[in-house]
Amino acid sequence: MTVVEHSAHEDDGPVLEARDLRVWYATDRGPVRAVDGVSFQIRRGEILGLVGESGCGKSTLGRGLIGLLPDGSARDGELEFQGLDLLHLSAREQRDLRGTDLAMIFQEPLTRLNPLMRISEHFEETLRTHEKGISKDEVRRRSLEVLRVMGIPPTRYRAYPHEFSGGMRQRLMIALALVLRPAFVVADEPTTALDVLVEAQIIRILHDLRREYDTSLLLITHNLGIIAEACDRVAVMYAGEIVEIGDATAVFSHPKHPYTRELLRSTISLSTTGLNYIDGAPPDLVEPPSGCHFHPRCPDAMRICAERDPVDRDHGDGHRAACWAADLSDGLSLSEDERAPLEREEIAVADEA
Amino acid sequence: MSSGSGSGSLLKYIGIRVLLVIPMMWVLLTLVFILLRVAPGDPVTAAVGDKLSPAAIAQRQHQLGLDKPLIQQYVEYIGHVCRFDFGTTITDKEPVLTVIRDQGGATLTLTLGAFLFAVAVGVPLGRLAGRRRDTALDAGIRVFGVVTYAAPIFWVGIMLVALVIKFLPSWPTFGIASPVVAFEVPTKTHIMLVDAVLYGHGDAITDVLKHHVLPCFTLGLLLMGVIIRLVRVNVIQAMKGDYVEAARARGIKEGRVIRKHAFRNALVPVITVIGLQVALTLSGAVLTERTFNWPGLGTALITYLNGRDYIAVQGLVTFFAIVVVIVSVLVDIINALVDPRVRY
Repeated sequence: MTVVEHSAHEDDGPVLEARDLRVWYATDRGPVRAVDGVSFQIRRGEILGLVGESGCGKSTLGRGLIGLLPDGSARDGELEFQGLDLLHLSAREQRDLRGTDLAMIFQEPLTRLNPLMRISEHFEETLRTHEKGISKDEVRRRSLEVLRVMGIPPTRYRAYPHEFSGGMRQRLMIALALVLRPAFVVADEPTTALDVLVEAQIIRILHDLRREYDTSLLLITHNLGIIAEACDRVAVMYAGEIVEIGDATAVFSHPKHPYTRELLRSTISLSTTGLNYIDGAPPDLVEPPSGCHFHPRCPDAMRICAERDPVDRDHGDGHRAACWAADLSDGLSLSEDERAPLEREEIAVADEA
Repeated sequence: MSSGSGSGSLLKYIGIRVLLVIPMMWVLLTLVFILLRVAPGDPVTAAVGDKLSPAAIAQRQHQLGLDKPLIQQYVEYIGHVCRFDFGTTITDKEPVLTVIRDQGGATLTLTLGAFLFAVAVGVPLGRLAGRRRDTALDAGIRVFGVVTYAAPIFWVGIMLVALVIKFLPSWPTFGIASPVVAFEVPTKTHIMLVDAVLYGHGDAITDVLKHHVLPCFTLGLLLMGVIIRLVRVNVIQAMKGDYVEAARARGIKEGRVIRKHAFRNALVPVITVIGLQVALTLSGAVLTERTFNWPGLGTALITYLNGRDYIAVQGLVTFFAIVVVIVSVLVDIINALVDPRVRY
C-alpha cells in the first residue's frame, strides 16, 4: 500500500482514469450494456459529479469503479487507479483495495449498518481487516477522530445503529468510509433518502472532504443543484455513455449536448413557471438505438445522428461532448443529407413497435 | 437515548417480559379449563362408570368437586395451580406432580436430545442450501427438509425400527434402558441419563445413550425440516442485505461477511420460530414416546387419556402449557440479548 501512496503524491495526474470502460450484465434477453464505453479522469482532491436519469448506468458505473458488481456482470476496457490496472487484479487484491484506497457511500444510510453490531464494532472490523495487529486504543483513537470530523460525539461510539437518525447514520457511513483515508470515494446518491436540511449538511461535509482527507470523489446524483453546489466537474450520462463532461460551471452555463440542455431545462426551482420534461423514455440497454443513443428523443436530431456514433470531441478547456449538432455549430462540415432533420414519424412508429 | 444501549434497558425489558407471563399463563389456564369442560360426558362415569353404583359415582364427583358450579371449579383450579397443586389422578390415585417428577425426566432428555440434533444438523444444512441457492445441493437439502417435516412421526419411527432390527439387531429399539440397567441404576434425579452418570458405570451410561439415539433422531427429524427451511430462507434474505454489500465495500473478507453480517443476522428470526417449535416438539414427543415405548410424560398422557382420567390429563396439559410459556419467555430474553432493537 505504501508504494501506491507514494506514486499518488508525485504529481497532479489523475487518481483514477477510465478508458472505454464497459460494464455489462447478463440477462435472459442478452447482455445489458449498463456502462458502454466510458472514458474520464478524476484528479486528486477533485469532486466529479455524475448525473443522468434513473437507469442510465450511473450506479453501475460507480460500483464498477470499485469492483462491487453482482455475479453475472463483467467489466472490460481500461481502468487505472494510481498506476494499478484495476481490471486485471485478482478478486483478493481488489478486496484489499476496497476500504483502504477505494470506498463507497450508499444511498440508503438506514439499512447499510449491521443492526446487530455496535458502531465501535463496525470500525474495529474495518480497521482490523486492513491493518493487522492494530491496537484497541489505536482503533478507538482513529475512529473517534473521524467521527469528530463528522460531528458524532464520542459518547455515541458504543451505540447501536438504530439509535441514530438517518442523517447521523449517513455521517456514520461517511466516517466508516473515510477512517482508512481512501484516495477515491464513490458516493451513490448519498442524500436521496434524507430531508433537505440534512441533505445540505451532508453535501457540505462531502464538499469539505478534500480539505481534511485529500479525497477524490465521484458524486452520483440526479439533483443538478447538488452538482452546481459541490462539484468541480460534471459528467452527464445517458444510456450507458457519458455524453458530456467538463467544468461544472461551463457545462451548466453552455451545455453542448441537447440532453444536458433538456436536463437543465427540466430542473424545478422557485422561478419555475411550467414543468419541462424530455419526451420518451430512456432506451432499452439490451438493444440501444443506433448512432447516438439519444437521437430518438433529441429535439435537434439530424439524419446522421441515427446512423453514425457521434465522436467524443473536446470543445475547449476539457469540455467534451459527443454530439453531431454540437460539432456542427463548432464548424464541422456535414453534407446536406447528413444535416437534414430526422423524420419524427419514423421514430413514433419505431416506438410503437 | 444516550444510555439506550446500556444494560438498564435490557433488565427493564426482561422485567416486563417476565411480568407478562402472568396474563399469558392466565389465558392458557383458562383455555385448558374450558377445553376440558366442553368435552362431552362426565369424567367419573367415563372412567369407572360401569363398575360403580350411581350413588358411588355421585360421591366420587363430590370428592372431586365436580358437582360445584363451574365458576367455583375454575377459581379453585387456578388457585391450586398457583400453589403448584395439579391434583391427584383418578385412576391410580397419584399426585400429578409425582407423575411429572417420575416421568418428566425421560421426556426432558428426549426433547433436549432431539432439539440438539435438529439444530446441530439443520442449521448448517440450511446455511449450506442458502449459500448454494438453486444448485442441485440446495434442491436435495430442500427436498430432505420437506420430507422430514411432512412424514408422520410414528411412520418414521416404525420404519427406523424395522431398518435397525434388520441391519443392527443388537441396537435397542424401545425403552429408555435395558431392564438390567434400569434395575441396577438407583433412582436419584428421576432422569435416567443423569442417574446412570451418577451411578458411574460406563456400560450403563452407554446403554442409556444408545436407547436415546433412535427416539431423539426420529423427533429431531420433525424439527429439522422446519429449521432447514427457515435458516435457508433467512440466509438468502440476509445475503441480499444492504449492510452485507456495505461490508463488502469496506473490503471485509467474504468468510467474515457471511459469518458476521449474513449468517448471524439470519439467525434472529430463526431463534423466535425455533422457540415456537417447542409446542410442536412436545406434541411430537407424545407420538415418539408411544412409538418407542418411552417412559415419559407423553406415554403417561396417552395412558390417562385412554383411562379417561380427567384430572391427570388436566394436570399434565397444564404442565405442558407452563413449559411452553417459560420457554417462550426464555426465547424472548435470548432474542433481546442477540438483537439490540428488541429491547424497548
